[in-house]
Amino acid sequence: MKLIFEKGNKNRGLDLMPECDVPIRQVATGYERKKELNLPHLSETEISRHYTKLAKRTFGVNNGFYPLGSCTMKYNPKINNEMAGLPGFSDVHPLQPIDTVQGCLEVYRLAEKYLTKITGMDAIDFQPAAGAHGEFTGLKLIWAYHQDRNDSRRDKIIVPDSAHGTNPASASMAGFTVINVPSTEDGFVDVKALREVVGDDTAGFMLTNPNTIGLFEEHILEITSIIHEAGGLNYYDGANLNAIMGVARPGDMGFDVVHLNLHKTFSTPHGGGGPGSGPVGCKDILVKYLPSARIIDIDGRLSFEDKNEKSIGRVKDFYGNFLVVVRALTYMMTLGSEGLKDASENAVLNANYMLHKLKDTFEVPFGNGRCMHEFVISLEGLKKEKSVSALDFAKALLDRGMHPPTMYFPLIVHEALMVEPTETETKETLDEAIELFKDLYNKACNDPDAMHNSPTSTPIGRPDEVMAARNPILRYKF
Amino acid sequence: MSKIFYAKSHEWVEFLDDTTARVGISDYAQSELGDLVFVSLPEEGDEVAVGESFADVESVKAVSNVYSPVSGTVKAVNENLLDQPELVNSDAMDAWFIEVENISDKADLLTEEEYKKLIEE
Repeated sequence: MKLIFEKGNKNRGLDLMPECDVPIRQVATGYERKKELNLPHLSETEISRHYTKLAKRTFGVNNGFYPLGSCTMKYNPKINNEMAGLPGFSDVHPLQPIDTVQGCLEVYRLAEKYLTKITGMDAIDFQPAAGAHGEFTGLKLIWAYHQDRNDSRRDKIIVPDSAHGTNPASASMAGFTVINVPSTEDGFVDVKALREVVGDDTAGFMLTNPNTIGLFEEHILEITSIIHEAGGLNYYDGANLNAIMGVARPGDMGFDVVHLNLHKTFSTPHGGGGPGSGPVGCKDILVKYLPSARIIDIDGRLSFEDKNEKSIGRVKDFYGNFLVVVRALTYMMTLGSEGLKDASENAVLNANYMLHKLKDTFEVPFGNGRCMHEFVISLEGLKKEKSVSALDFAKALLDRGMHPPTMYFPLIVHEALMVEPTETETKETLDEAIELFKDLYNKACNDPDAMHNSPTSTPIGRPDEVMAARNPILRYKF
Repeated sequence: MSKIFYAKSHEWVEFLDDTTARVGISDYAQSELGDLVFVSLPEEGDEVAVGESFADVESVKAVSNVYSPVSGTVKAVNENLLDQPELVNSDAMDAWFIEVENISDKADLLTEEEYKKLIEE
C-alpha cells in the first residue's frame, strides 16, 4: 500500500481545512520559511479512500477478540469519547485564565477523589504521560524521600523477576541500582530471598501485582512489611489494576506509591501509540515531592496551591494528557463503585473460565489452574515435539480472525502465550476462542507445516522483525 | 584438557592464562534468545564482578542481562558485535564479548559435559 506522501499530485487540494478564524500575523523577519512545506496534495476523495483502506487493514477491539495479555484491551465505551469531545474539554488551552477552565480543574479533582478511593492512596498526580513514565515519576518520589531524610545511601530498588520489564528499566533511569529477586516455583516472590537482599541500602521495592503470570502475591503483607522494616518504600505497579478494582487496594497492602494506566484499566482506546495517562498515587509522606501543584478549593473557586519547594519538578508540560483523564472519569462515573467492582470480578471470572477450559489441552506452568485477570500458557512441548512455536501459533490465530495473545512474555515461561480476555467479552466469544485454541492445537499436532506458513489471509505475511529491529526506518524520506 | 567452562547463567569463559579469560554467551543461550538485534558492551578498564551484569543482549523477544562468570578488569571488548550482533547467532563460541584480565575470583563453573547435562534438564 502506498504512503500518503506517495499519493496525489501538486496543486491538488481540498476544502476540509476550515477558514482561519484568528487574525493572520506576519512571521518575524528572518524566520520565514524559505522552502515550501513537503505536504501531500490530495483530493478529499483520495484522503477518504486512503484512511478507509488503512482502517480496513487494522485490527482493534471493535473488530474482534483481542486477548493481548498485560495490555487490557477491553471495549472502550463510546460515551467516554463523547465526553472527551465536549468543546469545554477539547477547545481549551493550558494557558487560559484559570477562571475559564474551572470545569477542567473539577475533572482533575473528581478523578483524584475517586482514584484515591480505589487505590487507598492520599493523593494522585496526573502529569505522567503513560505507565512507564508513571513508574519513573513514582521512583523519583522515593528518591526524593530518602534524600530529604539525608539517607542517600539508599540507592537499591528490589524487583522480582516476574515484574513488568519496564520496572527495572524505570528504576535504572531514575538512578537506582536494580536488585533482582527470583520467584519461587509457584511463581510468587521468594520471601526468603527477599529477606536476604534487604538492608540499609534498600530504597524501595517494586511489585507488579497481580504479577505477570496472573497471580496475586500470596505473602503481600509480609513482603511490604519486610521492606518497611528495612527502611525502604513500597512501589505498586498498578498496570494490572483491572483485576482488583473495588476488591483490594494497594494502600491497604502497605504500598506507598502506585501508578495507574488510565488508558488501560479506565478505558481509553490504546495500543496505537497514545496518548496514555500514567498518574502516580502516593501516601501523605510523599505528597510534598509530587510534580504538580495541588488543586485547592477556596470558596468554590478552584486554583493551584503554591508548588512545594520539595517537589521533584515537572515531568511533563502542563497537566498531563487531560482528555484521557476525562475518559477515565466518565468511565468511573458511569460504572460507579459497584460497577467497577463488577468489571474486575468479571475480568477475573472470564480469565478463569478460559483457563479452566484450556488447561487440559495446554500446559499452564503456574497457578494450579487458577488465575487473576490473565494467565500464561506454555507451548514448550509443542515446540519440542512438533516444532510449532508460540510465534507460529500466534500467526495461525491471525488467519482465524483473532488477535493473538502476548507472546514470549513473561520470560520465566518458555514459549509463552499470555491471555487476558478482559471483562467486556461475552461467554459466546470466549467459547469460540477456546474452541479455536483447541482446534489449532490439534492442527499443530497433525499438520505443523501449515502453522509454519501462517498467516496467509492477512494484508502482510510475517514481517522480518529482525531486519526491522536492526535497521529501523522510522520516517519517510522526501 | 579444554580451557572452556560454562556458568549456570549460560555464559562461557575461556581461560587464556591463569588470570586472563574471554567471555561470551553459550550456543544454547543464543538459540533461546533468538536473533539478536543489539548488544551493549562495557568499556575497556571497567571492572566486572562474578554474578553481576556486564552487558545486555536484545533479541526480537526481549532484553536480557549477560552475567560475568569472573571478577576482574575488562582488557578488551569485541566491538564487532556492536555493528553485527548476528555474529553471536552464527557462532556463539567465536563471538566473545569481553576479555578480562587480573581475574581475582570466578563463579562455580561447569565443564562442557556438566553444562550439556544442565541444559538437557
